[in-house]
Amino acid sequence: MSGTLRKVGVPILFIAIVLALWEWAVWVNDLPDYRMASPSDLVPKFWQFRELFLIYSWQTLWRTAAGLGLAVVVGTAIGMVMGFSRVAREGLYPLLVGFNAIPKATVVPIVALIFVGRHDFNTILIAFMISFFPIAVSVSIGLSTLEPEYRDILRSLGASNLTIFWKIALPKTLPEFFGALKVAVTLAFIGTNLMEIVSPHGRGLGALFDSGRISADYPLMFAVLLMLAILGIALFYVVVFLERIFAGWAERAPG
Amino acid sequence: MTDLTIELREVSHAYRTAAGKLPVLDNLSIKVPKNSFCAVVGPSGCGKSTLTRLVSGLMIPDEGQVWLSNHQVTSPRPTVGMAFQNPVLLEWRTILQNVLLPMEIVKTKMTKDEQMARARHLLDLVGLTGFEDKRPSELSGGMRQRASLCRSLIHRPEVLILDEPFGALDAFTREDLWCTMHDLRAEEPFTCLLITHDLRESVFLADQVIVLSGRPAHAQHILNVDIPAPRTLDDLYTPKAVEMLATLRHEIQVAQGRSVAEPAAKPAAHARGPIPGAMG
Repeated sequence: MSGTLRKVGVPILFIAIVLALWEWAVWVNDLPDYRMASPSDLVPKFWQFRELFLIYSWQTLWRTAAGLGLAVVVGTAIGMVMGFSRVAREGLYPLLVGFNAIPKATVVPIVALIFVGRHDFNTILIAFMISFFPIAVSVSIGLSTLEPEYRDILRSLGASNLTIFWKIALPKTLPEFFGALKVAVTLAFIGTNLMEIVSPHGRGLGALFDSGRISADYPLMFAVLLMLAILGIALFYVVVFLERIFAGWAERAPG
Repeated sequence: MTDLTIELREVSHAYRTAAGKLPVLDNLSIKVPKNSFCAVVGPSGCGKSTLTRLVSGLMIPDEGQVWLSNHQVTSPRPTVGMAFQNPVLLEWRTILQNVLLPMEIVKTKMTKDEQMARARHLLDLVGLTGFEDKRPSELSGGMRQRASLCRSLIHRPEVLILDEPFGALDAFTREDLWCTMHDLRAEEPFTCLLITHDLRESVFLADQVIVLSGRPAHAQHILNVDIPAPRTLDDLYTPKAVEMLATLRHEIQVAQGRSVAEPAAKPAAHARGPIPGAMG
């Protein structure tokens, strides 16, 4: 099988198998759609609400991407401070872990109250809060585990710390960074939807999910979940694409 | 004086640890004439790597002075090239880009084309022609170390500091690289300071071998290796070389505190020589 065909065909085949199993499980158990909707129930819903799906998907997507962007900037900055300074690492770790252990669902009402009415900002903030932690940790580990010889090679020539960072520390950390970014992508979607569902403000896929719940339209709720999965996969592959450009060297030939 | 490239004058140094001061070097004096090759051997943990960091200016000694070509070393100098046991090639760069790395740091009069030509020439000397555009991960350990050597020489350093660069390689690859070192120095002379655990390596490569005592280290013994150039691996199996190796081995054992200081016993006629790396 050729490379491209395998890369595209295999995932599609697997998705098709899962959808078929889902359809079969609902059919064989004779489940009514208010207990478990089947994929075939979702297609009409996608069509019926196609305009809302487009608008709300876009709203959810850009907020998630914005939250993720913020997480990249802040997470990398925190990771750099923790990677280069032992004191900062020891001081910040318990704080970060503690903050990360707080369920973000409980933070949503607080944030909604603090920044009342600023829906976009609130949503982005939650997406950011839930997704920056893995980025910060991976960048700090990448930097703090840099073998001293790498530093010495450039330092012995009189290079500054900034040069060492740009030429060696940063590129060497990229594989870890992208690994964390893949985790962060899916987390950011959770964050966006937490805000959209727990503190409804009528925007994004979360709002569509909520309206499905209110009107007891269970297939619609499932359709929203499926849409979220699709968006998550799409953003994930954007990250994979970027990873291939910037850290493709880290991928070894299979064998 | 003028023809000394590396000179350590009564250098003492201690590390500050939680348990207090840990002296590593004690009144160490070393003189390496221009374009000669000096090997430093000694028991594990005696401060050999500290020595490389002092000579390269990565560290400043507590007492005493380090001089490179009549300049006192107070900070890193771009006239130094370094290579370590770990070749530390940058995985995201091609071999050629790796070799050129120092040129991005050091001020140079060489044009880009000249740099490129020099990099290719060095790679050719070490037998890496055809691998310029490969990634380090596609090369074997010995080839990586060859590329690392090219990188340490690209900016025409006056002094090359080698910290056990061949330590992690298998015996045959190591001997290959020893010969490569001779080829490189025949092509363009430079002063070399080699830290090693391998006594055969030190005798084969160096003009003088310095045996460091146990910690805190001073120069316990200096052996002048008067094997004429060009040297071949066969030179290691002459009675004279075997005798030198026996002397070094004895001195190492003294440094380790396993033997008292007295002249080394004459090796038997059929001696295979000391076991290399036995001190490692």
